[in-house]
Amino acid sequence: MTSTDHIGQSHRRENALRHLAGRGRFVTDLALPRMVHAAFVRSPMAKGKIVELDVSAAAEAPGVVRVFTAETLNPICAPWTGTLDHFAGMKSAPQNMLAEGQVLWAGHPVAMILAHSRAEAEDACELVLLDIEDEEAVVDGDAALVEGTPLVSEGIDSNLCFRTVLETPGLDEAFANAAHVVEDSFTFGRHTAVTLEPRAVVADFDPSTGQLTVHHGTQTPYQFQDVYAHQFGLPDNKVRVIAPDVGGSFGMKLHVYNEEMAVVAASLKLGRPVRFVADRLESFVSDVHARDHRVSARMAMDAQGTILAMDVDDMTQIGAISTYPRTSVAEGNQVIRLMGAPYTMPDYRGRLSVVFQNKVQTSQYRAVGHPIACAVTEALVDRAAEQLDLDPIEIRQRNLVADDAYPHVSATGYQFEKLSHHAALAKLREIMGYDALRAEQAELRKQGIYRGIGIASFVEITNPGAAFYGVGGARVSAQDGAIVRLTPSGEVHCAISVTEQGQGTETIIAQVVADQLGVTPDQVKVTTGDTDTTPSGGATWACRGAGIGGETALRAGRRLQAQILAIAGAVLQAEPATLALAGGTVVDKATGKERITLAEIGRIATYRPDTLPEGCDNSLTAVQHFAPTGYPFDFTNGIQASHVEVDIETGVTRLLKHWVVEDCGRIINPLLVDEQIRGGVVQGLGPAFFEECMYDDMGQMTNASLADYLVPMAGEMPDIEIAHIETPTLDTILGAKGVGEAGTAAAGAAAMNAVNDALRPMGARISQTPMTPLRILTALGHV
Amino acid sequence: MKSPAFEYVRAESVADAMSAYAEADGDAVYLSGGHSVVPSLALRLQAPALLIDLSNIAALSGISLHDGWLRIGAMTRHVQALKDPLIAAHAPLFTAAAPFVAHPAIRNRGTLGGSLAHADPASEFPAAAVAMRAELEIASSQGIRRVPADDFFVDIYETAIEPGEVLQAIHVPSPVAGQVIGFDEIARRRGDYAMVGAAVQAVSRGSGLEDVSIALFSVGNHPVRARKAQAALTGRMIDADAIADAQAALEDDLDPPDDPQFPASMRLHLARVLLGRVLANLEAVA
Ligand SMILES: Cc1cc2nc3c(=O)[nH]c(=O)nc-3n(C[C@H](O)[C@H](O)[C@H](O)COP(=O)(O)OP(=O)(O)OC[C@H]3O[C@@H](n4cnc5c(N)ncnc54)[C@H](O)[C@@H]3O)c2cc1C
Repeated sequence: MTSTDHIGQSHRRENALRHLAGRGRFVTDLALPRMVHAAFVRSPMAKGKIVELDVSAAAEAPGVVRVFTAETLNPICAPWTGTLDHFAGMKSAPQNMLAEGQVLWAGHPVAMILAHSRAEAEDACELVLLDIEDEEAVVDGDAALVEGTPLVSEGIDSNLCFRTVLETPGLDEAFANAAHVVEDSFTFGRHTAVTLEPRAVVADFDPSTGQLTVHHGTQTPYQFQDVYAHQFGLPDNKVRVIAPDVGGSFGMKLHVYNEEMAVVAASLKLGRPVRFVADRLESFVSDVHARDHRVSARMAMDAQGTILAMDVDDMTQIGAISTYPRTSVAEGNQVIRLMGAPYTMPDYRGRLSVVFQNKVQTSQYRAVGHPIACAVTEALVDRAAEQLDLDPIEIRQRNLVADDAYPHVSATGYQFEKLSHHAALAKLREIMGYDALRAEQAELRKQGIYRGIGIASFVEITNPGAAFYGVGGARVSAQDGAIVRLTPSGEVHCAISVTEQGQGTETIIAQVVADQLGVTPDQVKVTTGDTDTTPSGGATWACRGAGIGGETALRAGRRLQAQILAIAGAVLQAEPATLALAGGTVVDKATGKERITLAEIGRIATYRPDTLPEGCDNSLTAVQHFAPTGYPFDFTNGIQASHVEVDIETGVTRLLKHWVVEDCGRIINPLLVDEQIRGGVVQGLGPAFFEECMYDDMGQMTNASLADYLVPMAGEMPDIEIAHIETPTLDTILGAKGVGEAGTAAAGAAAMNAVNDALRPMGARISQTPMTPLRILTALGHV
Repeated sequence: MKSPAFEYVRAESVADAMSAYAEADGDAVYLSGGHSVVPSLALRLQAPALLIDLSNIAALSGISLHDGWLRIGAMTRHVQALKDPLIAAHAPLFTAAAPFVAHPAIRNRGTLGGSLAHADPASEFPAAAVAMRAELEIASSQGIRRVPADDFFVDIYETAIEPGEVLQAIHVPSPVAGQVIGFDEIARRRGDYAMVGAAVQAVSRGSGLEDVSIALFSVGNHPVRARKAQAALTGRMIDADAIADAQAALEDDLDPPDDPQFPASMRLHLARVLLGRVLANLEAVA
């Protein structure tokens, strides 16, 4: 490194003060001249045929500008299909903006009303005459596959979207020779992201220039630039997507939604700005849901408790249509590939069935697949420990891949460069005071107080290359780009393709760039989220901001550093190699003595380039793109522990404490890394105890409001203590891996193990999330 | 989630409010703290032509003692139930219940009158009113009447307030020597409506409990007085046997609704557990 003055230090999130001061600028805040507001008429039924759709009264209603139906809107948009080639054989129905003939879930948009205010648009929605002939909805994934069950939609010939099997040759033998086999079936409740700012879009097409500008609360502006260009037949340089402040996204805001597409289409048709901001009710029936899985799994051990193999069958329920462009199969695919990943386990079979039903589509949400794989694996490890009478720490010590045994390939084929499971386990044991907690647990049980301790090891997939989507034909960028420039006054500006949704990307990019140029982070202004002013890149998905974005910024910074030193060398008549950047100046590398300020370099290169020697390049702008090479992913690892108290009379669980030991490689900003982990843990504990999209047998979501869908609140969350191991990846100069999903990956698994540990004296067990009082009381036989 | 258009008027007196209601032919809704009314408008669960704001009416505010009764104006905010010393001394179950009602922002606006008039079966204050044997002062065009809390709560979201009538105040009899109270609930998250809740009041004499008053909530369509449990405790000292008898009596007192997400058997079980805990932790207030 040139300098590590700022990399590795805690810096407050650059935008925190601005947001606190009420100076945030979200799409929701945007008001453009002549802007109209969109509201959607949605199907009240989970499945049916549209027999009548009469919008004439709505079109006449006060304030209404236009009403669109599938007939009048869909033709200007090419349909899209959420399949990828590397998921061989997967299928899904093509989609378009408004329902054509058939409605496929309760909430499916049928008509779009544009009015001078959202209130007037909603008034007009009530005047639309929509007659739907009810059809039998398919609401259960297992039932969907039974002969004679109706098809979820007319666009498919089977309710099975995708099926695959991964199997090592030794699987059957491993089970045949096992000394012990444990097994269980798990049900994971469907849940959703519930971002603070809902989905929001303002599309503004200017017919006089052919320019489409879309202000879009998304995490992947370049992807949407490409989607809008392709689906609407526009050149991509005439499509500008601007993602300003975004109030959380968590993967939910990178999918193509009917409403956003319809808003763009309407702006193209009307030649004026069109705004749509989802309200909470429609968020629940149109944002993607996630993690609706039923898993049966068994694990084989030898007599010493060495894990020999796992055999897993996952049924994923994805709703009516696979999402575009990343599909609804990616989640299940990761579930079956992440099983057993921390362990030496040599053999494995994972079966995956991805099934349609008439519900909101599911897709990628923070920690895609990880929480399911981790919960199943770790629950079976704990059951094995119980059967073998081993302490949960001891069985993990016996099975975690040794820290000096890398590179390692998992039974499912994942390649690990270097992980630190044992170091993490040792540190966890120390920071949580494991032995004392066990002693306290035993003591309290005598008083009728039932506390539980749960542990979960995990790996996390970060820094993905093109192996995720690109190889399957998706136009999803796996590289990023940055433009770094020195201003005429010697300050620094960086425009980069990774984006900011509140996680602090801009802050860490400033730190990385600052260290390459010998300035402080507050001298580096970072611009993100605008396809016209930043280079194209993957932006925010999976875990890539620090690892890939940081490396991009580092390399761009170094390129600019070389340009600055070349100019300085010319001015000072010194060899550039004898110079360096520090403290906002060019210094003599050997002595550290100041030679010329950056401000002076900026001045000369900008205003007096005539004074530079002939042939000296005066460029103070550097451009760099970076695509990960080496390992297809940089895996991280860690371990979490949860301490709970279950009130065995009421079924209510109190979360006492949570610990995380995490290894995300080089830590750029410890404060923000810990923020990511804490937020992630809460998003893992939410669905473990509270969050669930509940449906009745007609396919109606019955708790689709924040009064009934319970998000985790501060009062219920435990203190979260965090420690780190640092194993940088050698694939990059920076050495950073991702951290955004680590907390979510294993929090629920640790919590489920903790609840079961608490329930153990009663002989009760729970293997369904969320672990509600009803389910716990049922497990205890009180209901 | 935008409400349909409506007219708004701020009434200066109860008479004003009632005549505005009459003029609107009943297509009107009274507005106090608005924390139940406004969401219901936004959700388009109702679309009245007129909102009549009660917050400026002097007769609906104020907390004062008269002849052994505390008069609490209907516009008294939840936060005052939490902090007002007169309420703490003379209507202590309201003070005990207040921390369980929603969150500070809602308690700053929500009113006691609004909570009682709204009569959500999972609400805390209605049960506290029943347990304290409060009386509700209702104004109508015929005059003013006082209705005992036991007769006030009629059904889910339904009270003795007839259309157009205004709840003016809540009257609570002051505690007597030996009075004990207990309040608790089981909720999914802090501040949520209760899964099951209990408000208990009694007078503890040397010989045992007298005047036992138990109101359970979130176990039926309105706060339920647990008469059999009251009888099981009357004249007895609080001990494990008395508590067990009261718990057992709930089987007859309650007929909870049944729902796959919340079976009747679970409500009954939780009500028993909770009643046991509240009885074991009664606190002296006078
Ligand atoms: C997020 C949230 C959480 C909540 N949690 C809880 C909780 O845990 N427990 C709980 O009990 N409540 C809870 N509430 C409800 C809150 O306490 C309400 O504000 C309260 O129940 C109603 O009081 P209000 O003053 O807001 O009444 P409003 O909403 O103004 O009125 C409620 C109803 O009563 C009528 N009304 C009001 N005043 C009078 C009057 N003087 N005479 C005749 N009719 C009248 C109105 O016309 C309306 O029908 C919650 C509310 C929110 C928004």
